[in-house]
Amino acid sequence: MSVDTATVKRVAKLARIAVDDEAADRMTGELNAILGFVEMLGEVDVAGVEPMTSVMPMEMKKRHDNVTDGDKADDIVANAPETERNFFLVPKVVE
Amino acid sequence: MLGKLNMDEFAMGSSNETSYYGPVINPWKAEGSNLERVPGGSSGGSAAAVAAHLCAGATATDTGGSIRQPAAFTGTVGIKPTYGRCSRWGVVAFASSLDQAGPLARDVRDAAILLKSMASVDDKDTTSVDLPVPDYEAAIGQSVKGMKIGIPKEYRVEGMPEDIEKLWQQGIAWLKDSGAEIVDISLPHTKYALPAYYIVAPAEASSNLARYDGVKYGLRVPGKDIADMYEKTRAEGFGHEVQRRIMIGTYVLSAGYYDAYYLKAQKVRTLIKRDFENVFAQGIDTILTPATPSAAFGIADQELANDPVKMYLNDIFTVTVNMAGLPGISVPAGLDANGLPLGLQLIGKPFDEETLFRTASVIERAAGRFTPEKWW
Repeated sequence: MSVDTATVKRVAKLARIAVDDEAADRMTGELNAILGFVEMLGEVDVAGVEPMTSVMPMEMKKRHDNVTDGDKADDIVANAPETERNFFLVPKVVE
Repeated sequence: MLGKLNMDEFAMGSSNETSYYGPVINPWKAEGSNLERVPGGSSGGSAAAVAAHLCAGATATDTGGSIRQPAAFTGTVGIKPTYGRCSRWGVVAFASSLDQAGPLARDVRDAAILLKSMASVDDKDTTSVDLPVPDYEAAIGQSVKGMKIGIPKEYRVEGMPEDIEKLWQQGIAWLKDSGAEIVDISLPHTKYALPAYYIVAPAEASSNLARYDGVKYGLRVPGKDIADMYEKTRAEGFGHEVQRRIMIGTYVLSAGYYDAYYLKAQKVRTLIKRDFENVFAQGIDTILTPATPSAAFGIADQELANDPVKMYLNDIFTVTVNMAGLPGISVPAGLDANGLPLGLQLIGKPFDEETLFRTASVIERAAGRFTPEKWW
């Protein structure tokens, strides 16, 4: 499979990276080189093989829902450019 | 702590040339040449600082070879422990199913001492395992007599320099002379590890790096709306290599391609791990391979800069170990015809770092130590 410039622009949109025509052209070539390389996996017969989800068998640890960092909200927000009542203030993300 | 060291941007690189701060220069130079060489990557700053005696040891991380390849390029010892052996608290996540922290040091003993301090269970990394930490240093100097060392035929790749093959044979001879039994083995899915890695790692990176959106931390480039702000921030804040990997990751995870790429790569990963399980079940104690397919190359090498896949091939011998979650150590074993250091890699069973230290120290004793001539 290979990608064209329009696909690269669509993927860049999904990845939230601004690309101009020049960057899209460059990336098309690079992405096709990488996709051409990974094409090799087509040779492998994976019938009946389980996909790996965890490389080492381990039980998922869950932490207790406690305040463990010293209850020092003022210190935590001290370096933030803008705060209000111990909250970080960020640009509006919900339109 | 003495200071922080340079590295490839977001640990994505095999030469340190993707660093925002510019490339690290390898303290090693070829005989009769003034060409500045790369220290390897991504933990190239750590390796170069240790090789140049700026510090006795350094911490590093390894997702596909980022400890072992720089160790090989600088004549230092680097170990990637078993996945889960060290906490990754404080490390910026790249590919969470592959990332592991470890030390770089000037000899095997120092690496063992450092790993003993670094290995632990940590509430702040749920993948860190609650297993006792052995006294790794005690393994050094122990005999390898009767140990079974596997030599995988698939690690003899086309176009590999003769120096590397010679080094590998030398390593085999040293271990044989020390009483180890050399066994030819096969890891049939070896060649698929690198292409599978270049699906799995970028996929996880595209997800992990989503947090760098201009809202939460770091750079924020203003835009006409929220989406424009995200896009401008990420275009300006990420370097080319990082953008390339996010793009690949986003593509292989996108609707319609997930099964063909990501799911397939995860299945191949199961097969790669199974290859190792099979040889360990046959009684193999550790596997000996070259650490890298070449010695350190020049900074701004045009051929490598123009072909991302060619640069990725640097990790061909190391990446299998991350894919299977195993421990791997790179130990300096000699110099090539140009006087540049080369390393051998030992791969172990899960949580059997002791065998790696024991075997690496036998190689170290036979090979001697390698220090660059001071020119800086």
